[in-house]
Amino acid sequence: MKWLFSTDHRTIARLYFFLSLIAVFAGTALSLVMRFHLIMPAVKIGADVMAPEFYLSMLTLHGTLMVFFVLTLAPMSAFANLVLPEQLGATGMAFPRLNLLSFWITLASFCILIASFLATGGGPLSGWTAYPPLSVVGAIAGPGQGLGQTLWFYSIGTFCIASLLTAINIIATVIEMRAPGMDLMAMPLTCWNWFLTAILTLLSFSVLIAAAVLILLDRLAGTSFFVPGGLLVADQVIDHSGGSPLLWQHLFWFFGHPEVYIAILPGMGIVSELLSTFSGRPIFGYKAMVTATISIAFLGMLVWGHHMFISGLNPYSAIAFSLLTMVIGAPSAVKTFNWLATIWGGNLRFTTAMLFAIGFVSIFVTGGLSGLFLGQPQLDAYFHDTYFVVAHFHLIMGIAALFGIFAGTFYWFPLLFGRMMNERLGKLHFYLTFIGAYATFGPMHFAGFAGNPRRYADFTTFDFLAQVMPLQRWITGAAFFLAAVQIIFIWNLFHSIWRGAEAPANPWGATTLEWSQSGIDTRDTKTCPGP
Amino acid sequence: MLFGLILLLVTAASCILFAVQPAWFPLPITADALSFDRQFTWTLWITGFIFIIVQLLLAWAVLRKTTAFATRHQKRLEWTWTSTTAILFITLAVLGSRGWAKVATPGPGKEIIRVDAHQFAWNFHYPGPDGKFGYTDIKLINDANGNPEGLDPRDTGGTDDIVSSTLRIPAGRNVLLLLHSRDMIHDFFVRELRTKQDIVPGMEIPLELNVPLPGTYEIACAELCGLGHSQMRSLLIVMPAAEYDQWKAKR
Repeated sequence: MKWLFSTDHRTIARLYFFLSLIAVFAGTALSLVMRFHLIMPAVKIGADVMAPEFYLSMLTLHGTLMVFFVLTLAPMSAFANLVLPEQLGATGMAFPRLNLLSFWITLASFCILIASFLATGGGPLSGWTAYPPLSVVGAIAGPGQGLGQTLWFYSIGTFCIASLLTAINIIATVIEMRAPGMDLMAMPLTCWNWFLTAILTLLSFSVLIAAAVLILLDRLAGTSFFVPGGLLVADQVIDHSGGSPLLWQHLFWFFGHPEVYIAILPGMGIVSELLSTFSGRPIFGYKAMVTATISIAFLGMLVWGHHMFISGLNPYSAIAFSLLTMVIGAPSAVKTFNWLATIWGGNLRFTTAMLFAIGFVSIFVTGGLSGLFLGQPQLDAYFHDTYFVVAHFHLIMGIAALFGIFAGTFYWFPLLFGRMMNERLGKLHFYLTFIGAYATFGPMHFAGFAGNPRRYADFTTFDFLAQVMPLQRWITGAAFFLAAVQIIFIWNLFHSIWRGAEAPANPWGATTLEWSQSGIDTRDTKTCPGP
Repeated sequence: MLFGLILLLVTAASCILFAVQPAWFPLPITADALSFDRQFTWTLWITGFIFIIVQLLLAWAVLRKTTAFATRHQKRLEWTWTSTTAILFITLAVLGSRGWAKVATPGPGKEIIRVDAHQFAWNFHYPGPDGKFGYTDIKLINDANGNPEGLDPRDTGGTDDIVSSTLRIPAGRNVLLLLHSRDMIHDFFVRELRTKQDIVPGMEIPLELNVPLPGTYEIACAELCGLGHSQMRSLLIVMPAAEYDQWKAKR
């Protein structure tokens, strides 16, 4: 239990790493049950077929686990803690005790989330976006909307506190702890990306926590921030008046869109470093990369309205949001071209980490291009809340970010556990995962073309959904394949922790400072460096 | 190398999928839907072109052995690709905005119908021959006794109102739907119209249609509204105008 109370940044990184590993395992298991139910809705589990409210509560938990506890924790909290201080020439984070506190609060948030799923009445069924009035008016809106939904908001609010503390810590570390002579433009791109991720976290999670407090007041104290008057739910007149459901959507997406970049920016940093290291040459256009990252982060704060094209806003506002959204394509393209130019003609070494980095570029481009459809209000009016959107964000936010995490895991495994992961198993895992990801999410776009709505617990009511069933069966098969091949990774991970080859001092021939010690030392120093 | 070949395989498989079309759009039934299909096709060609180019470049970078043409940093090259993509994407956004941004307003000669969504059913409320909606009150709503709109029987303006569970509209006439929700956020989605619109409680959101083709199309709820979300179905029945007038007169 010693490591639960350590202020060593690498120990804390390991804690975050394992917490997100548990979360991704649970989230994946939920998605498999959902995929199975979608193609076999009549199969009885126990005494009865699966109830739609149970499907929707799994959907909510899947989204929440993946977005918060996997895509926010692993790329930022785990990897920044692992290498950011050393990459800056420091020996630890700026606030080591605060750092440990962040983890504890995150762990509490995780426990509350699991409790919300197991609560009396069931887990909340309003999805990870928790739109009011569904998420406010209580158990009459549906099973799970009572205690389960309240606990869910507590969990999210708690998570916000932890993320804000982590963000403050990263920002302070980057500003205050750099070695003498290392100015901002001398930082590795990984540090730039974590720095901007932390700024985005600070700006967006502070809005989400405010929104979570307001909605909890609506639920528990009888206020009406998000609920209008004159509602009749399940034959009961609702005692709220004067609130606006759209206000929640504004606040939520003001957080929610930057959150996409919080998940993907660290991956971009990792990929930039790895492509350069394994091509044996510096990154192409460092300055352009920094500028592009800053532009993406800045523009990312201004485009929340593209989640609300069809929400009932004035249609003219959509044009402004659309234009800003499409403009993000430009800095994203700069990044893609610079990555291509970095590996172009380089002396490539195809390690597993490198394969995941190149795979990231491929997936990022594919997932990004579907964004050009969704960024146009006219096209979004059809694709909104269809499987086209599911395909889009699973590729660009899910799989791309996961590839960044996999690349980081293979690359920094020596710093995590002092050993090397098995490269042969690693490559096998990469190829199968790459194929599985495209096989799962590629065909999903076509279900979107047919107008297949997302968040449907079954596809049996609508005549037009009969035509997508063969496609949906394929997607379920591919999803099971994709999940099954992750066993290779899990085996490789745990086998290498105990039986992996001893890591040499600088196994990859990297030029960044986290490798510069005379040898790798994974011992917990538990010291409290810094001011 | 294996990875280069897999990248080629993924690119080829994507192209084949677009040729085979395992699932695709239904036929468009309005001018707006045709405009959607045009804009979709444009976007598909542009993004498809970029997709193929980038995946092939990646595959080539992985497959080639020579280091003879290694890139050196060039400002001009960087500016060229930045400005090209920016112009391309902004043009797409501007083209796309032409088929958008119309605020529907009531006007003469428009058939006005109230759409009322609730967990988990649809009601469609017609003003009847007098052209006036009767007074409604949520306290009078009674789904079981056939008053899902909460019409007040004391208001004579409401006695001729028609309430239907399917949406019947006349072909070729301008129809203005006024979208209302009783409880949650719902969404009015008809694939053949190529549009959807959220229905927000506390708001009245207009949606204008003119469907020249008679036919029957499915209405789906497309915003998560509770456990029955995936069963919230109704029908849009576009009738020849004369038949529609007869139907209204008979009710």
